[in-house]
Amino acid sequence: MIWTTLKVGFHKLGTPQVFYRLSSLLPPWLWAGFGVCAAIGVYQALYVVPPDYQQGDSFRILYVHVPAAWQAMATYVVMAVLAMIALVWRIRVAEIMAMVSAPIGAAMTLLCLATGSIWGRPMWGTWWAWDARLTSMLVLLFVYLGIMALYAAYDDHRKGARVACILILVGLINIPIIHFSVEWWTTLHQGATIRFFGESTMHPSMMPPLVWMTVAFKFLYAAALLTRARNELLRQDRSRNWVKLLMLKST
Amino acid sequence: MTARPILALFKRDLRLAARHAGQSLLPLVFLFAVLILIPLGVGPGPNLLAVMAPGMVWVAALLSGLLALEHLFRPDLEDGTLEQWWVGDTSVLAIVMVRFVSHWLITGLPVILIAPLAAQMLYLPPHAVPTLMLSLLLGTALLTLFGGLVAALTLGTQRGGVLLAILIFPLIVPVLIFGAGATAVVADGLSAQAHLGLLTALLVLALTLVPLATVSALRLNIE
Repeated sequence: MIWTTLKVGFHKLGTPQVFYRLSSLLPPWLWAGFGVCAAIGVYQALYVVPPDYQQGDSFRILYVHVPAAWQAMATYVVMAVLAMIALVWRIRVAEIMAMVSAPIGAAMTLLCLATGSIWGRPMWGTWWAWDARLTSMLVLLFVYLGIMALYAAYDDHRKGARVACILILVGLINIPIIHFSVEWWTTLHQGATIRFFGESTMHPSMMPPLVWMTVAFKFLYAAALLTRARNELLRQDRSRNWVKLLMLKST
Repeated sequence: MTARPILALFKRDLRLAARHAGQSLLPLVFLFAVLILIPLGVGPGPNLLAVMAPGMVWVAALLSGLLALEHLFRPDLEDGTLEQWWVGDTSVLAIVMVRFVSHWLITGLPVILIAPLAAQMLYLPPHAVPTLMLSLLLGTALLTLFGGLVAALTLGTQRGGVLLAILIFPLIVPVLIFGAGATAVVADGLSAQAHLGLLTALLVLALTLVPLATVSALRLNIE
């Protein structure tokens, strides 16, 4: 009984009209959540947390850098789950959500690389180092760009989305392999690699803004995902009846 | 299901390649062109070239491997053969596997055979040449598999070529690291067992999964 209700609900969510209504309701709350968490996080990161005893104030960029890095990877996992749903049940809304996730993930990866680079210039004395984590992040950016390019190369949205979904699932297996191979590669060439910081060695007073900012990035992702998916759905269905009715009602 | 259609397809692919031998060997010419450009770009010093040799031979081999990939499935799509694969009672997975084998024989094997010459051009220490060939044996097979998958993914697009190169880049990163790494450590007098072992593991994993993904990508493109 419960199972049937769940199944019906799942399929209802997959219909464009129901999804459209939901994706109109949620984003204002999600954007608000992002605003509140980010405001608290940024305030704490800039004014409450004491400067680092070695790095001074420049370490504060990690409050953008680390959440962006986490979100870049989390986005891929969410995208892969959506791709799996899209391929198995052929739900168009899932296809669209997976496709609009890719640019968000690419943006997060780019943000992570850029903030890391800005921090690296004064701290390491170089904009870029061929460190394992940096390199695998750079490859991840190209994975995201490849998914976007493949989807864009098809004239038929649905075909392009499904082909790109296969690529997403291939990447899910491949990204850990890339990560470990790159780690292996740097350990071969340079003995001790520079580490960002040991997770456990972080001082407790520096933790709260990181938590706030991480939650803020989750809200940002959810809000951006739903907003983008809604736009994409409208764009693809612009000549369908339900969109026309919607437009008539709103004018 | 009998083996006869599979065998016929295999013979056909090889015969076609033999009839157009000049065209089939063009990637090799490209490989040498890249190898000639490297000393011209960085200088003819044997010491520098010897250090760069493992990586450069590998990069050149991968680049030349990209050239033939676009023709892996496209002619079959254009003349309608691809759809017939699903109509017939021969397993499409078997057809794809055979296509991979013939493609590797035409594009991969020649690269391995001329690798000693390429190594000599860049002053790779002679004792590293067998490892270079062995790593290329595994590497070209992996390139055929990954390349075939990407060729199937981009089949329905107009500008497949550039897209293909971008999509294959992340897939080939581990192959390059272990392949060029194997040759480099042997050149330094160490054992390449770990590198070659990981490369083999990668090949086994790819052999089991990539053909399946390729078949589903091909099927999407004929729908």
